[in-house]
Order: sequence, then C-alpha cells, then structure tokens
Amino acid sequence: MIRRLSLALAATSLLTLAACGGDDSSKPGADAGADTSAAPGVNTDDSMSGDWEMISLDCAAGKTLTPDTVTIGTGSPAFSPWVENDAPETGEGFEAAVGYAIARTMGYADSQVVWVRTTFDEAIAPGDKNFDFNMQQYSITPEREETISFSDSYYASNQAIVALAGSPAEGATSVADLKDVKFGAQAGTTSLTFINDVIKPSNEAFVYDDNAGAKAALEAGQIDAIVVDLPTALYISAVEIEGTSVIGQFPGSAGEASDNYGAVFTKDNPLVDCVDQALALLKTNGRLDKIQQAWLSDNAGVPVISVD
Amino acid sequence: MSQPGVTRRQAFERRQKRRSVLIALTSTVIVIGLVVALVPQTPGWYKVKRSFFDGAVLSDTFSKLLSAFTKDIQIFLWCAPCILIWGMTLAICRSVRTPALFPLRLFAAAYTDIFRGIPVILTILLVGFGVPGLGLHRPWNSPYLWGSVALVLAYSSYVAEVFRAGIESVHESQRAGARSLGLSSGQTLRFVIIPQAVRRVIPPLMNDFVSLQKDVALISLIGPIEILRQAGIDKSKYANFTPYVGAAIIFLLLTIPETRFVDHLMTRERRRTSGTAVR
Repeated sequence: MIRRLSLALAATSLLTLAACGGDDSSKPGADAGADTSAAPGVNTDDSMSGDWEMISLDCAAGKTLTPDTVTIGTGSPAFSPWVENDAPETGEGFEAAVGYAIARTMGYADSQVVWVRTTFDEAIAPGDKNFDFNMQQYSITPEREETISFSDSYYASNQAIVALAGSPAEGATSVADLKDVKFGAQAGTTSLTFINDVIKPSNEAFVYDDNAGAKAALEAGQIDAIVVDLPTALYISAVEIEGTSVIGQFPGSAGEASDNYGAVFTKDNPLVDCVDQALALLKTNGRLDKIQQAWLSDNAGVPVISVD
Repeated sequence: MSQPGVTRRQAFERRQKRRSVLIALTSTVIVIGLVVALVPQTPGWYKVKRSFFDGAVLSDTFSKLLSAFTKDIQIFLWCAPCILIWGMTLAICRSVRTPALFPLRLFAAAYTDIFRGIPVILTILLVGFGVPGLGLHRPWNSPYLWGSVALVLAYSSYVAEVFRAGIESVHESQRAGARSLGLSSGQTLRFVIIPQAVRRVIPPLMNDFVSLQKDVALISLIGPIEILRQAGIDKSKYANFTPYVGAAIIFLLLTIPETRFVDHLMTRERRRTSGTAVR
C-alpha cells in the first residue's frame, strides 16, 4: 500500500513537473489563494493541468455541505468511462474529471473534494443529502425537475444500440429495420422511453437492473440488442460484453435521443448557480472539451441510424 | 328492570359491549387524530409529501401501473395450479411409508430443504438467467417461462410443507379405520387422509398464495416490465417515489380482500372444530 502510494506520488509530481515545464505561466491557483495543485493520485493529464480559470470565489462560500469542502456523489459502483476503476478520487474518468474541474473552477483544491457513493434512489429521496451534487449520468428532464434541481448540461449523449454478432439488429440503417428486434434497456435510464417513443418495436422491451442482467439476457438470446447511451455502449462493447459491437447511434435530434446529463442537487439548492457558472466557464475556455476528449471515445466512427 | 326476554346477565353484557366499543372508538380517533395532526408538523413533511404523495404523478402513472399489474395476475394464475399440483406431489412423496420408496422420501425432503432455504429472489435470478443460457431458443428461453418455473420451484416447497403438516395432523385412527375396512394404502391416502388434510390446511395455504401474489413482482428482475418495474421506470422518469405508492395501493386492492377471505375461512374452521368462540 505504501509503495503504491509513493509510486502514485512520484508519477504525479513527474507529470506536474512535465506540465509546468511545458508552460511557464501555469501555476494552478496561485493567483486565487486556493491551492489547486493535484492531491496525491489525482489525474494530471493535459486536460487537468495548466493555468486554471476560476469564477468568483465568493459564489460557493457557505453554500456547501461542509465548509471548504465540495462533496460530490457518484454511483455505487461507478462505471467506466464515467469513472475509471470505480475510483473517482483519482480524477480518472469523464465525470470524475468534470467533478474536480467544477470544484477547481469554484476555487476548491483537489484535496478539498470528497466523494460519496449513492444510488439513484438515494439521490432523489426526500431528506438531507450527504452530497452537494451528484453526477451519475442523470438526464435532465422537466418531470424530474419537479422534485430535484439540475445543473446545466455537462454532456449531451446520443442513444446507441449494442448487439452480438448475428443479431437481427445488425446492419440497420433506419428505425424501420428495427421493428422486429427484441430490445433490452437498463432500469432508470431514458433509453426505455427512447425505445418506446422512437423505435416503437413490435415486441415489448425487457428491462434490467444492470449490465450484468442485460449481458445474461443477450447471451441467452432473450433479447437481440440493448439500447444505452453512446459512451456506455462503446465501453460495453469494448470491455464488458465480449462479442458485442455498437450497431449504430441515433442522431441527437431524435425524440429524447439526445440526453443532456446534469449534476443533481436537492431542490432549489443555492449552489446550482455556482456550478452552472463554473460549467459555463469550462465550456468557454475549452476545458470541458479537453476532458471529454481525454475520457470519452470518438463517436465519429459509429454509423448513424436514421429515425425517419 | 330488565326488558322482557332479556336476562340481567344479557343486559349487563350489552352494556359491557357498548362500553368497549366506545373505548375502542375513542382510542382510534385519538391515535389517528394525533398521526394526522403531528406528521405534517415534522420539518421534512412537505418534502416527503412532494416525493411520495404527488397527486399529479399518481394520476399520470396509475393507469400504466394497472395495466402492468395484469401481467402479475396472469403469472400468478398459471403458477398457482402448478404449485398446488407439484406441492401435493412432494407432500405425498414425503408421506409414503413403503420402504422400497424411501429414495422418494429422501428426494422430497432434500427438495423442500433446498428451495425453502434459498430466498425466492435468488432462485429467480439463478433459474431465470441460468437456464435460458443453456442454448434454448425462443420462445423457450422466455423470462416469463423461467421466472414462473422459479416461482413454482420455490413456492411448491412451502406448499408441500403445508400439505405434509395437514397429512400428519390426521389422526392415526383414521388410517387404521380405513385399512380395517379393507381400503388399500393408496386408497386410504386418496379417500380418507388427503380430503381431511386439505380442508384443514386451506387457511395457511391461502397465506402462501397471498405472499406468492406479491413475490410475482420479483420476476421483473429478469426482464419483464410488470408493476414493480413499471413503478421503478416511472420513479426514474419523474424522480419521484409516488408510483411506488400507487403500486402499493394496487397490491392492497387485491391482497386485502384475499386476506379478509382467509380470515373468514379460519374463523369458520375454528368454529367448526372447536364450537363457539370465547371473547
């Protein structure tokens, strides 16, 4: 354990040195009074290093759960490519990196970020929460906004189809080719709504609690294909379910095909505004794009299935 | 003082009864009044109300829940007869006394031990995902089919135990009497023991079926969108737990009459076997 830690420290300092060496002006947070240098183990690749712009440091003051700390909720377990190796503390994975990026932009150092684990249900249940905001690919919908508050979107994802070789879904170019396909979806996602509203298959879709269930059903031939968001689809096909591939993605304009992911807050949490400001800054200065390039695969190679 | 035809004792008993009804009524009103008055005073009540008792969400989702519930009822309806037949078969296997059929007894005992000991949810996951993986093709790999098989496997072990208890509760003299009248061992079981046993175990049997009605919802874990899953889907859609409350209401609409019916059967059975009830 000690050896691993010191290795990580060594790697971190090397990377930090390299980053600083490349760009003299980069002294993260030196001008803001907040120490944004990487905590031990936090990822310091190109997307997270260099000069860091911040919003007004007063914005978040006093609005967090614990003073001088940002507490971020994520899934239990958290999945790639959103959080790598179920370890958000490393800053590896898209949402883990975005979490640190938001915190830094609000003036918090990496060491002032605390991660907690919740299920989807815990995040929306009434009562006090143990996080300031929660990121686990929550789609922003008007229905949900009745009960919880969302930040602005930090990622817009398309829906995509994953299937085993030989599936009837293979080679589909439009939703008309998918009518007789038996679909599966994951519980709690907007994919099922997409299946029912846009694809409208002749067989009712099945729903599973997790990828393990969907995988078993795919392998047993109970379903022909599953619909998930594209980054998850790419990850499932590459790593989780052997023999599958991403058959296609749907255009972002299709129905609710484009899911806008936002961080979840308790209803009317005053911190929402600060996180929105931080996200706006991360978008204008190109950080968010860089983080996306670092963690999410390039979507360009996936064929588009038309919904006409 | 006493009215014609009413003894002093009967008049006293009436007064006593009126008094206890009055006390029961008062205490019920006080308890319900306290709950209704105090719960909304709790600091989190308006949040709980918004998340669990949202009328708009309820009316949006209730019809979908109701139609999803028909799946639960269908699954229940085809599982129940299978469970009765297989449970009875197991109970008979366990009750045979012929030494040569000992392996049958052993099998039935091992079966009930295993399936009674495994949580239903695990049986459903193992059978529902495991068996179709063997390479069965549609429609033989349907989660409806294997989910139902799992329910039958699990519940027949409970029902077998209920039947066995009924069979053992029939007094030995019945068996002796039947045999001395010339009935064979099989005839004794069929015409003398089982009819008495079944009548005695109907109330506990109904309890098992009320709980089967609820456990059918576990089939949602292997794919089908029945009421529990539909409620979960709507919960995610609205980020609101009201659909679960809706599902609970629908379950109650069915299980409360079922339970009352069981109570009624039990009371009748008690009256039949032990005379009047003592208050």
